[in-house]
This record gives sequence, C-alpha cells and structure tokens, in this order.
Amino acid sequence: MNWLDIAAIDDIPLRGARVIKTPLGCVALFRTAMAEVFAVSDRCPHKGGPLSEGIVHGQRVTCPLHNWVFDLNTGQAQGADEGQIATYPVRVEGGRVLLDTVALGKKSAA
Amino acid sequence: MKQKLVVIGAGMASGRVLEHLTDDAPEAFDITLFNAEPRGNYNRLMLSPVLSGEKTYQDIITHDDAWYAARGVTCRFGESVVSIDRKNKQVIGQNGAVAYDKLVIATGSAPFIIPVPGKDLPGVVTYRDLDDTDAMVAAAAGGGSAVVIGGGLLGLEAAAGLAMRGMKVTVLHLMGHLMERQLDEAAGYLLRRDLEGRGITIKTQAATKAILGEDRVEAVLLESGETLAADLVVMAVGIRPETRVATDAALEVARGVEVNAQMQTSDPDVYAVGECVELDGLLFGLVAPLYEQARVVANGLLGKPDVFVAKELATKLKVTGCDLFSAGDFAEGEGREDIVFRDPSRGIYKRLVIEGDRLIGAVMYGNTADGNWFFGLIKDGTEIDEMRDTLIFGPAFQGGDSLDPLSAVAALPPEAEICGCNGVCKGKIVEAIAGGATDLGAVRAQTKASGSCGTCTGLVEQLLQVTLGDDFQMPTAQPICGCTDLTHEDVRRLIKSQELKSQAAVWQELGWTTPNGCHVCRPALNFYLLADWPLEYLDDPQSRFVNERKHANIQKDGTFSVMPRMWGGMTTPDELRAIADAADKYKVPTVHVTGGQRIDLLGVKGEDLPAIWADLNRAGMVSGHAYSKGLRTVKTCVGTDHCRFATQDSTGLGIKLEKHLWGSWTPHKVKLGVSGCPRNCAEATCKDIGVVCVDSGYQIGVAGAAGMDLKETERLTEAKSEDEAIALITAFMQLYRENAKYLDRPYKWVAKVGLDWVKERVVDDLESRAALVDRFEISQSIYRKDPWAEHVQNRAQIYAPLADLTLEAAE
Repeated sequence: MNWLDIAAIDDIPLRGARVIKTPLGCVALFRTAMAEVFAVSDRCPHKGGPLSEGIVHGQRVTCPLHNWVFDLNTGQAQGADEGQIATYPVRVEGGRVLLDTVALGKKSAA
Repeated sequence: MKQKLVVIGAGMASGRVLEHLTDDAPEAFDITLFNAEPRGNYNRLMLSPVLSGEKTYQDIITHDDAWYAARGVTCRFGESVVSIDRKNKQVIGQNGAVAYDKLVIATGSAPFIIPVPGKDLPGVVTYRDLDDTDAMVAAAAGGGSAVVIGGGLLGLEAAAGLAMRGMKVTVLHLMGHLMERQLDEAAGYLLRRDLEGRGITIKTQAATKAILGEDRVEAVLLESGETLAADLVVMAVGIRPETRVATDAALEVARGVEVNAQMQTSDPDVYAVGECVELDGLLFGLVAPLYEQARVVANGLLGKPDVFVAKELATKLKVTGCDLFSAGDFAEGEGREDIVFRDPSRGIYKRLVIEGDRLIGAVMYGNTADGNWFFGLIKDGTEIDEMRDTLIFGPAFQGGDSLDPLSAVAALPPEAEICGCNGVCKGKIVEAIAGGATDLGAVRAQTKASGSCGTCTGLVEQLLQVTLGDDFQMPTAQPICGCTDLTHEDVRRLIKSQELKSQAAVWQELGWTTPNGCHVCRPALNFYLLADWPLEYLDDPQSRFVNERKHANIQKDGTFSVMPRMWGGMTTPDELRAIADAADKYKVPTVHVTGGQRIDLLGVKGEDLPAIWADLNRAGMVSGHAYSKGLRTVKTCVGTDHCRFATQDSTGLGIKLEKHLWGSWTPHKVKLGVSGCPRNCAEATCKDIGVVCVDSGYQIGVAGAAGMDLKETERLTEAKSEDEAIALITAFMQLYRENAKYLDRPYKWVAKVGLDWVKERVVDDLESRAALVDRFEISQSIYRKDPWAEHVQNRAQIYAPLADLTLEAAE
C-alpha cells in the first residue's frame, strides 16, 4: 500500500464525481450524500459509458448512456444487468482523499 | 355526579380505552391522563417508518391536543407518577395529587438492558419510544457504524431503519437464527439473506461481553473476543412489563400486574391494560389483544359485563421489503407433519404444520398473501383432510376456484379477520361498503380496518373490488419510480400545496423510501422545484442528466457535441468563421447541419468543453441548449425580407421569440417554428408551438409532434400583433412548465388536460394570461443567461481530471 493524497473531499461535488487518470485508465472518485468517497473504474462494462457523468443516488451510480446501475461498494451491476466494475481502496482523512497508488498500477515510491 | 377517572400512561391501549369511554359515555367521567413522555398517544407501530425517514412524528400522532381538549381529558404529560395512595384513593404525581374513583394503570413496558459493563455509556440507546427514535436519527445523521443487540422484531426494524439512514449496521443475535420466536430456521435464513442484501451485517450466536468506550461508546466486545467499532449501540433484546407503581402500591404483581378476565387488578377499583399486565401467566405485546383489553376495561368502567379471552396470534413483520408471516405453533414434534413449499429463485418459503386433521401452525416468507386464510384455519380448528393435497397453494386452489387473487378474498367467510390490529372481520367491512363506504378512506374511517399498521390495505381494496364489482376502480396510477408510491401529478400538487422547496423536503415530507432518490425521480423533482419555486429553489446539477449538467450532448463514445445558438436560424460570416476555427482548433471530427437550422460540432472531448465555449463566446455566440429539456430552436423562413409570398416578418418574430424564451427549463424539450405564409416552409405545424403568418395576423398552433409520434398542431388562437403572439406563446409555455408531467412533450400534456382547459387559461382569461407571463418572467430573471459563459468562468475546473497519475512525479 502506498497512500497518496489526491485532493480535498470538497473538490468532488456532493452526489457527484471527478475523474483521475491512472495507468489502469480513468478512475472515477464518487462522493455520496453521506460524504463517503468511492473509487471505481470510470468505464461501464456495457458500452464504455463514463460512469463519473452518471447520477449518484445512495451508494449507487447510474450510467449516463443506458441506465445501468452499479453498487459503488461492490462494483456489481444491479437488477437484471450483469457486469462488474473494478473498485479501488480509498480513505478519507481530515477532509483529504487518499488513494493507494499501488492498487492503481503505479510502482510504489522508492 | 361524575366519577373521577385517572389513567397512568398514554399509550395505544389506554388511548383506545379513552376512545371507547368518551364515545359511549362522554359525560360519565372526569378524566386525568398522566404520561411520563412529554406528549400524548401516538402509533408506536409506526416508529420504524419514522426511524427510516419514511414518516414523521406528525404522521403517526393518534390523539393530538385538540382531541384531548374536545373530549375534556386533563393531560399531565411529561409528568411521572410518584405513587398511588390506595387508602385515600389518590395518585401522586411529581406536580401534585389527583383523587380517583377509578384508576387505570397502563404503564406499558420497559426495555430490558443486558447487565454488561459500559451499558450506561452515552451512545447506548434502547428502542421503545419517540425519544429513542429521535436519538437514533440524530446519531445516524453523523453516519458511522451502529451495532444493534438483539435480532427480534424490534432489533431488526431498528437495524433496517438505521441502514436506510446510511449507517453501517451490524446485528448481534444470541440465538442461531433471527426472530426465533416467530420464524423457523429456513424463514430466518431468507430474512437474513434479504437484510444482508441491504448491507446489514448479521452475527448469530453472538453474545455481548462488554460495551467499550472512554466518554462515549466506541466499540462492542463479543464473548468470542471480536470487537466491533460502534458510534451507536441499540439494545433491543426484549421488554418487560413496567410494574413499579403497581408494586409500590402493593397490588399483586407477578411478571406483570396481575388482572382477572375483567382486567381488574387485586384492587377492584384499579384496572390495568396493555403490556404491563399479566393474565393467567400470559403477557401481551401485540396490538390486537391490547385493543380487546381496552374494550373490556371501558365496558367494565361503564358497568357493562365483558370478558377478555386471549386468542391465537399471527405476526407480520414490517421491515420495508421483507414479507413474512407466522401464526400458531410451528415447532417440530411427535405426531406433527409438515407441508413445505420452496421457490428459491423467488425467495419464497411456506411451511404448514399439521397435527391430526387440523392446521396448527404456518410460517411464510416472500409471499404472505394467503396468511390470513391459514390463520383462520388455525383459529377455527377447521378440518383440513379434504384439501390437504392442495392446502399449501392457498384458498385459490380449493374447490376448483380460478387463480384470480380476488377469488381468494371472495372465498373468505364473513367472520374471517382482515385487520388483525383492530380485529375487523370481513363481514363488518362488507357491511360498511354496502352502507356506502365505497373507497379505502371511508372503510378505514368507519371500521378502522387498515388504520393501524396498514399491511391489510391491499386486502381491504380487494374486498372493495369484490363487493362493488365494476363500480370500484382500483387505483392504477403509476408511481414516479420505486422510491415512492406517489404519481408525478401527486408530487407536483404536493410540492405546490405543501410549499416544499427542496428535494430533501420532498423526500422527507412525501415519505421517499430511498435516502436521496434515484436517477428516475431526481431529475423530475429538480425540474418541478425550479419551475414552481424559481427564486427559492437552487438548481441541483447533480440531479440532472449529464447533458444538462455539462451543457453538451454526450455521444456514444463519451465525447460531446457542441451547438451554439443561431437566433431564428440566422447566422453571419463571422460566426461561421468562428465555428470553423473552433472545429479546426479542437480537431472536431464531424460538423453537421441540423434540422433546427444550426451547426453541430460532434466529437469534442469533455475536458475541451470550457475552452471551445470560451472561443465561441468571444465571437458572440451562446449555448444553443441542444441538450436540454428546455427551449431548443425557433425555426423560421426568411419572410417578408426576401420572399415574394410572405405575409409577415417571420424571421424577426422567430428571433424575438427565441430571445424571450431561451434558457427556460421545461418538462421536455420545446421546439418552435414560424412560417411566413401558409406554404409553411418552416414546418411550423408539426412543432410543439408553431406560428403560421397570414395577412390578418398570426395563427398560433400548439401540441404538434414530429418524432416518435407524428401530429399536426391544434389551433390555440389567432393573434393580431407580434406582441400578442409573444404573450400567448409565453403564457402557454408557463402553463406547460407549471402543470405537465416531467418528460411529457406539450402534445402529450395537452391530450391529458384538453385544449379547452389550456385555452381558458391562456386565451380567454386575460388576467390569467398576464399572470402566467409574469411568472415566466420571474423565472427567466434567473435562467435567461448563457450557461457556457458561466461555466467557463466559475466551473471550468470540474471538466478537467482531478489528478493525473500517469505522469511521473517531478521529483
């Protein structure tokens, strides 16, 4: 694990998301109404829709292209749709959002 | 002379006693009511929806101040009873004594607190009354973790409510499966699976050793050595009758206050009712027997002979989404046989326990529609030999009846109990319907059926249908989404009438079942609120579909399209040059001329949007709102400027309309057309609003369509001047904004309300027209502006990635 301070939680809109670019592709950082932060793949497994542009409700997001709904805890598609998005470790400490860069495909700092 | 009656405790049982007394003999007693809680009688069965946020305290009040005043009840709320002085026949409260001729003890029950270290720490709560519920709601507001000790009815309702409030919840249960007193293991498993599916962690055979924390609760330590972090601990392991005042008064008390079948204690002038009593070794916790007891107490006080008989009980658990039922005795035993039905894919489990030729117990999970029928068989001791083979399939399969769910209700005998809470049988409801109660509300008012916990509402509606036949219309309106039972129309009406001015207010006051809606209801609510309260409500971008949040249309590859406004379809060489430059600069792969007389730049990267907008803004162009549920384009022909057939300046009117209406949000997109003559080159007669110019003025048509449906406009009216045409069209827009269902184009809305209804408000009533125009203008004072310029200035950073980890660190 190599926790990296990415941003302040307030940089992410409430019930919204921001994108970070990683060696694994775009990762979406979601912030729910409860001020939890989730890090998941930004790419919908259905047709590649940008999940960070979706509507966030509860701990779920709805893909803007075809309304697939994903649970941000597990990455599982909900309802009749089948699919899963990658989820990544994330911590919120003192209003800062920290990501594990190792899990995001960066070699740990020497 | 009036007798003096004192009642200790304002719960549901004593509340029912007071109802009977003041209905039957309003002049018989001077009544004083003590309650330690600082409030009167409310429906405690409904505390779980209050906890989960589906209802508020106001919704569950049974008797309000006006009720007590009207019935002449002296209320001493928030005052504990210190003692009962039986020798001098008075009750001593904290603020003084009251004499009595008759006394009713209704002190209810107290939660059982397990005697572990840390039980008194702040953050450890019980779940009995509104104060407990409020304490949990307050704790849940901070998020965090909750541990619920006890996996019975109360504990699970607490857990479900806290989980809906967003807490991470763990339930600790001492026994091997949940609700072991009401459910067998299989049903307990299904319940566990459902609850786990909602993110609640369940630990069975888990004994609590201690509650840990310095100055407030921090964790729970289990006998197994495991510790669970906790910001809140809810003790819901059980209840015991609250008997302190009775014991102190030297009344006979065992586990509860002992009573005879007339509900009298060992002192015949002192009655007891509710959860505090014990009769023949039995305690009572469910509401149905308490209401029976209340009737017996009231009759006893009025000198009418009556007897309380304990009856078989059925349990229905009300945790939203969990459908379970149990009745009778379902333990395994010698001479007992089981009939079991399972459908794992649908999560259905049914088990019947038979002894001899009688049904003695039933457990059901997932589909409990036949519960009352089985319960009737158990209560009545019906011989079931003949239908044994098909018994598990329920009443619909007996006697060759069809599968119609109504036939199950029709087949019930008149004495079958429909409403368990209030003990209302089918015959009584049918009688009320025959007497003129032809809808749910009337039946509820006359019989109390479905008035307490509400789980029999569907049955009562089916009875209405069976009894009234075609005269009864089952409510069929579609709710907005799974978050609510209300329709779009209901919600629009309630937002206006209850003056709900935020989404949180709508969710709370209208009982949304989800914490903050879903992708279906949120955009609709956001529109309704900004249309009805333009000055008070703040538009919520996070409740908008991506296109309206980013002011660009998302394409299938995640890129966006950019379309500047061309007022009335007019443009200039300078604008065209700026568009061409932007297309080059941002490597736009596709440039398309649209049907709305504009130019679309397709394939723009999301992070380039603010820059391309800034370039277009510099050339004097603004957003074309080609992505919005709002005013799109006003298509025109060139009119009298050039055309030899034109009758009016159609281009000029089109530009005026577009400059007036742009930026406004509507239930669905709105497209206009203005044609200079009936040759109709601007195709105005298939637009949402279309103007066809004639020599004498302007024919205004509305409610056309040229999309999924194809429909010609209908004539609203004819205007004499441009100004009148603009006022009429503005008023129509505002009426549509204020009344239509979200995602109904004008033609769908007009089909629902009727063109005459629209004409009355927009054309005929000049005052109404002016008011609509005024309200539109108030809204436009907020929304008539270029969102591109605003985003370039204030929100450009959100279009860029928050961080780029693909770059090597500089150091």
